[in-house]
Amino acid sequence: MADTEKNEQAMEPAADATPNVTEVETVEAATEDEAVAALEAKVDRGEPILQVRNLVKHFPLTQGILFKRQIGAVKAVDGISFDLYQGETLGIVGESGCGKSTVAKLLMTLETATAGEVFYKGQDITRLSGRALRAVRRNIQMVFQDPYTSLNPRMTVGDIIGEPFEIHPEVAPKGDRRRKVQELLDVVGLNPEYINRYPHQFSGGQRQRIGIARGLALNPEIIICDEPVSALDVSVQAQVINLMEGLQDEFNLSYIFIAHDLSIVRHISDRVGVMYLGKMAEIGSDTEIYDHPTHPYTQALLSAVPVPDPESREGRTRIILTGDVPSPANPPSGCRFRTRCWKAEDKCAKEVPLLAIPERFAGTDSPAAHESACHFAEEKDVVHA
Amino acid sequence: MTTIEKTADDAVREGAGDDGSPLLEVRDLHVEFHTRDGVAKAVNGVNYSVRAGETLAVLGESGSGKSVTAQAIMGILDMPPGKIPQGQILFRGEDMLTMAGEERRKIRGRKIAMIFQDALSALNPVLSVGYQLGEMFRVHQGLSKKEAKVKAIELMDRVRIPAAKERVSDYPHQFSGGMRQRIMIAMAMALEPDLIIADEPTTALDVTVQAQVMDLLAELQREYHMGLILITHDLGVVADVADKIAVMYAGRIVETAPVHELYKRPAHPYTRGLLESIPRLDRKGQELYAIKGLPPNLLKIPTGCAFNPRCPRAEDICRTDVPALVPVTEQDGTELPGRGSACHFWKETLHG
Repeated sequence: MADTEKNEQAMEPAADATPNVTEVETVEAATEDEAVAALEAKVDRGEPILQVRNLVKHFPLTQGILFKRQIGAVKAVDGISFDLYQGETLGIVGESGCGKSTVAKLLMTLETATAGEVFYKGQDITRLSGRALRAVRRNIQMVFQDPYTSLNPRMTVGDIIGEPFEIHPEVAPKGDRRRKVQELLDVVGLNPEYINRYPHQFSGGQRQRIGIARGLALNPEIIICDEPVSALDVSVQAQVINLMEGLQDEFNLSYIFIAHDLSIVRHISDRVGVMYLGKMAEIGSDTEIYDHPTHPYTQALLSAVPVPDPESREGRTRIILTGDVPSPANPPSGCRFRTRCWKAEDKCAKEVPLLAIPERFAGTDSPAAHESACHFAEEKDVVHA
Repeated sequence: MTTIEKTADDAVREGAGDDGSPLLEVRDLHVEFHTRDGVAKAVNGVNYSVRAGETLAVLGESGSGKSVTAQAIMGILDMPPGKIPQGQILFRGEDMLTMAGEERRKIRGRKIAMIFQDALSALNPVLSVGYQLGEMFRVHQGLSKKEAKVKAIELMDRVRIPAAKERVSDYPHQFSGGMRQRIMIAMAMALEPDLIIADEPTTALDVTVQAQVMDLLAELQREYHMGLILITHDLGVVADVADKIAVMYAGRIVETAPVHELYKRPAHPYTRGLLESIPRLDRKGQELYAIKGLPPNLLKIPTGCAFNPRCPRAEDICRTDVPALVPVTEQDGTELPGRGSACHFWKETLHG
């Protein structure tokens, strides 16, 4: 984290490695068998299980019908690095279009990354294929946002939850599947007798439970939740959040929890990352982010959240940003937030700020000493102000 | 650029210019939908009123009847299958339900306007926004196309759409979500109505844009001294802008209260449950309070109090008798103005 190193990297915005993330211990596996064996290994609580390094995903924009030429790219995710530790919940917040769902798809290997690595237990999953990739996918599962469209209306609940076993028969032998599915229904708080019902016979909250049961079917280690409660009614959201927290303790899961509801993210997360236009703006523990935010975007985001307490509306300082999020096809130079930032200076247009502990806080044990990608990082308490 | 501002003092918004009589009064409104599976009772006797300059927030989950009530007020309910078997909707003392269609059309848009939730589906994709904004002036005021366009540009400026002159002939898909919602607001504001009904105006928007839009709405309301009915399920938005609140459940109002009172001391177990299920700082790591069960099916609303299967306080009387919305008082009997609760055990809920 030496100054010289930082400057060197700042000159070269294409490869803006975050200097402060830990070195990845990679596993060299010569054969597929070795790779699969390494993926079966247990990770201790608190050790990193998933390490993302400089992950990039550009969607090409093409022109022409017969001879397609690339005329640009939507930079959905543009160099993101973070660690997920075993047993923790990492919340990812940001506005629509900031790339949070693309990150989820990349981690699931549903999209191929343009550049960068995702290490799961020391192996780069963006390069795996065949049996090893299948073993990874078994261990990283997903819960989707919309419980109405993510369940096939023509399949019974038993078929939906049992489908993962078709692809991974080693988890549950054929004769055992029905019992297994009923167990899962019970675990997520649904009546096991509902196994032959169809999705339309359930309410939104119950459907999301079915989605969670499907995610749990293969005993994964990581579950990626993409806005799991935003489509649900307020009184049902709490039920689903409680269920997810209970399951985390019971099955020792690690969650990546993507959402835009900041109060729910704070409730469930151990650490929180704030994304803006394909980059991580700030990352730290929940208290560091919510009580001691140093990035102006985080401060604006937190202050814009309506507080369910009418007493606080008089005299509450609110930072109201002007304008909309710029297009990710043509992001601003330098710091991507500068077009809406009230602190922006010339430096912000020229240099890409690195995600690092701000110099002024480095070495102190103040809670403001967490990674923040701003040239003028400054602590500002917006929630209690 | 970005502004940092203190939220305005409420005192300005309240009081001023009241002549005492409400702008809009809904009395014992019932709405039902006749479907193949039976009669769905969406609204079962709703009463509320709004004065000029006042913000009433109608809070409820999906299926509570909050949007159906609004559609009945606007007269845009699909009938059939919808039916209004009983009730009155009084606008400045006149019942809109018994009015002739022609008269009602004069009120709609000119006196009462509505902002819809999803601006992309509420705007016509094949007409430019300028044309759609100008329609208000052409139809209601008989302006020419040219004059209407000038007015449309003025309106777009008013809701702070940058470069309004260049963007007036753009189509809805060329605008961002926040900008589209501004256009919806502009359209509702066009004829400077007395009352605006905003049905989940910011639900589809990001928080930073939501703050911009709510601010704009509040500013315009102050300026024109309009009544505002804000329909939402977001307890945070309500706390920020409402003067008084009506909480709906299964087609009934279960609690009414001024905003500060409601958050401090709810008098209905449903309201209490909603407030307690909000994640709070001091509860981190603990289980969230959750209202058990599911919202009722409108085809078979439970007998007695509709909330009784989910209520922690339910007793036999709740399963047989429908509680009326009764005024709520302090322990010593002092009146609490504007407060009411439809619970047999409001005393225990409020004071216990």
